[in-house]
Amino acid sequence: MQKQKLVMVGNGMAGVKTLEELLKHAPDRYDITVFGAEPHGNYNRILLSPVLAGEMTLPDIMLNDLDWYRDNGITLHAGRKVVEINRARRIVRADDGTEAHYDRLLLATGSVPFILPVPGKDLPGVIAYRDIADTEAMIDAARNHRHAVVIGAGLLGLEAANGLVLRGMEVSVIHLGGWIMERQLDKLAADLLQASLEAKGMKFHLSAQTAELVAGESGRVGAVRLKDGTLIAADLVVMAAGIRPSTALAESTKLHCERGIVVSDTLQTITDPRIYAVGECANHRGIAYGLVAPLFDQAKVCANHLAGFGIGRYQGSVTSTKLKVTGVDVFSAGDFQGGEGCDEIVLHDRAGGVYKKLVLKDDKLAGAVMVGDTADGAWYFQLVREGKVVTELRDHLMFGQSFAQSQLGDAGHQGQSQAALLPDTAEICGCNGVCKGTIVKAIQEHGLFSLDEVRKHTKASSSCGSCTGLVEQILASTVGGAYQAVDKHAKAVCGCTEHNHGEVRAAIREQKLLTIPAVMKALEWKTPNGCATCRPALNYYLISTWPHEAEDDPQSRFINERAHANIQKDGTYSVVPRMWGGLTTPDELRAIAAAAEKYKVPTVKVTGGQRIDLLGVKKADLPAIWADLNAAGMVSGHAYGKSLRTVKTCVGMEHCRFGTQLAMDLGVKLEKMLFGMWSPHKVKLAVSGCPRNCAESGIKDVGIIGVDSGYELYVAGNGGIKTEVAQFFCKVGSDEEVMEYSGAFLQLYREEAYYLERTVHYIERVGLEHAKKLVVEDAANRKALYERLLFALRDAPDPWAEQQAAPLARHYKTIPLNLDDKGGLHGLAETVSA
Amino acid sequence: MAWQKLCPLEEIPALGARVVAHVEGDIAVFRAAGDAVFALIDACPHKGGPLSQGIVHGHKVTCPLHGWNIELDSGRACAPDEGCARRYPVRIEEGEVWLDV
Repeated sequence: MQKQKLVMVGNGMAGVKTLEELLKHAPDRYDITVFGAEPHGNYNRILLSPVLAGEMTLPDIMLNDLDWYRDNGITLHAGRKVVEINRARRIVRADDGTEAHYDRLLLATGSVPFILPVPGKDLPGVIAYRDIADTEAMIDAARNHRHAVVIGAGLLGLEAANGLVLRGMEVSVIHLGGWIMERQLDKLAADLLQASLEAKGMKFHLSAQTAELVAGESGRVGAVRLKDGTLIAADLVVMAAGIRPSTALAESTKLHCERGIVVSDTLQTITDPRIYAVGECANHRGIAYGLVAPLFDQAKVCANHLAGFGIGRYQGSVTSTKLKVTGVDVFSAGDFQGGEGCDEIVLHDRAGGVYKKLVLKDDKLAGAVMVGDTADGAWYFQLVREGKVVTELRDHLMFGQSFAQSQLGDAGHQGQSQAALLPDTAEICGCNGVCKGTIVKAIQEHGLFSLDEVRKHTKASSSCGSCTGLVEQILASTVGGAYQAVDKHAKAVCGCTEHNHGEVRAAIREQKLLTIPAVMKALEWKTPNGCATCRPALNYYLISTWPHEAEDDPQSRFINERAHANIQKDGTYSVVPRMWGGLTTPDELRAIAAAAEKYKVPTVKVTGGQRIDLLGVKKADLPAIWADLNAAGMVSGHAYGKSLRTVKTCVGMEHCRFGTQLAMDLGVKLEKMLFGMWSPHKVKLAVSGCPRNCAESGIKDVGIIGVDSGYELYVAGNGGIKTEVAQFFCKVGSDEEVMEYSGAFLQLYREEAYYLERTVHYIERVGLEHAKKLVVEDAANRKALYERLLFALRDAPDPWAEQQAAPLARHYKTIPLNLDDKGGLHGLAETVSA
Repeated sequence: MAWQKLCPLEEIPALGARVVAHVEGDIAVFRAAGDAVFALIDACPHKGGPLSQGIVHGHKVTCPLHGWNIELDSGRACAPDEGCARRYPVRIEEGEVWLDV
């Protein structure tokens, strides 16, 4: 098939991201030609400020150098500006006469700075702040001149001013508004920021209107005259009074423009479907985005369409105004002005240079603005975006995430805010042994922008995830404002789909989908049979939503659940027979001992869940060792599954002089009830006979503590990577109630949690109140949940017994090859049957 | 090298694999989507994990130990991981799987 021709006008971040995504999907579909007005490859425009400030150099901020274009077979016309599009002939023409024919055209022309229409605007020494040439002009001016004026005290203007001050110029900032950065800051925050900038030597003229730029003796600009007559010396004038989508080219070819080139959800222009537009030049549903994250979202959808998949839709992005003025930390998000119906919590330390305001509305965080200390910005933004009820946190909210969570029993492992200060040798990810320098290097060398990309390239934060906060901060400090944290709950399940876990669960329930292929068809999966991330999740959602009806697909389960044993690093397996409530008998112990000897088990260990682990069993021996254990009355302990693991018990009132309840008896009953329960993640229970809590009920998914008058139930504890103390759920009087309340809670978790979400994370997401309302307060709902659990668990089979029968047992055997005496091969291999 | 008959195709689970015992080390024989068969040495180039035990998706397998993705046709690890697992010729003839070892 002949390749189609794709021409891209504009060579910036959004456009090139689109090409990168396109090359991933369909590397051979197009002959690609790129026109860029600047004589460079693609660079990270956001990092121009550090370049101006002398903290970085141009090579540091290149994302795609010229070699990249060559290696990918892309024709790059750098330094050539497209001046005409002929839509009838499908040709673009550049200022030097270069022409290119297109089948598809991608406009990524970005934006242009707004130049004040004042006399003198065209004088030498008057520039905007947009690209490498402007940055170089400023660096050059700083070498040879003394006075600079920046018009506009928005983020860009202040960064320009800051860079020029650092390069030794005397800088005045002229601003029309009553305070600086009025779109991102309230007055108090702005005053504080202004004070710290003044301390660095910047001068401010607020509520000031520029009347004229006056030429000096050399013909270069010499001064700025304000409306009130004030004259300010200026050898350099930087216009930073805002940007406009660059639409002149699009308008000249009669594409519909209205504060941007108007595009549909597929990023096609509404005038001509052959033409796409992405980035700052595009107007999608009335918004022209200026932040990187939404532009990258657009790029992905656009690439998907260009590749001919035609399934992605861009539906707009939730953006924050998370900002970092070079040198001074500034953050704002959401509605930070407050007003009617809002409460404000304010911390104002003028001398210390710290100001924080949190705006609360309807028990939720509506917005935040901070200057000086922005360590908790990401956390506040997350609370704003997720619309989480913060009633419980309110007293501690102002003091930041680690303090607030420590008050709620959270040890706070994420270590916010220190990332930027850490040395390169500091270990960030303990699981995979990744230090800070490695992460920074990967981000710079590969042009990474998202947490997922960093995970893929460095493995950091890809195991336990407790360093995620740190990695996100490193990302933020390395790529600057280009980084925007994504809402992990709204994120797609994996690269195979656009849908998130919640949407997939809902579709399975509402459309009564019963097989993985049916889900993939209904939700338009992008891959023919998913991947190792989505298939196990889908399988769980199916069997938990439609027990006894949906098809359980062993090939979509992780090996441990397929082989019903836990794979070890050498490829052998561990075998753990169930010991109900941690109780065993001499006969069982004899059978275990015999099996350990018969199958030459190298290691026999007592587990933390009160049972015995036989480690180092060969896969081929599994069915036989299970048969021996089954013969002695034992069944699978499910020590390998996202399922009920153990119910740990203390000896209870049966023996203990302090015991108040029959802990062992209740533990056995619970474990028998929950046998064979598959769940989003592993589930552990404990029953203690008295508040001395010898079974460690305080760190279990469901922990039960006997007291004189009955039982206390605790939920959502976790003894793993990050110890989480279980939270008090309710108090009940009888064993039957313990079974019903625990069962109902676990069923709620099974129905609502996302795959691989432990109870603690599930409760953190939905709130303990939610679970209490549905389980403790609503008796009818509790009984219904409990019924559904018992229905799902009805006739739960022992997987060990099932696996010994044909044809399943076949999969445990290796296929032998026939060898002759000399070790060579002869004849045919025997076929293996079960 | 000689072609060896292993087993009927249906004795390898769809989107799964079987292990063939070989003096030079186990060989994993995969049955991917559309009944395409592939054979690789049963050791991940990362830390030797048994690829035969991984989840098969598309023409790839995910190693059960640390989640590397290996391309079944080339034996190569998917980027950004780097490494290669040895390939063996394999084919289906009249419903039987044959391996060249």
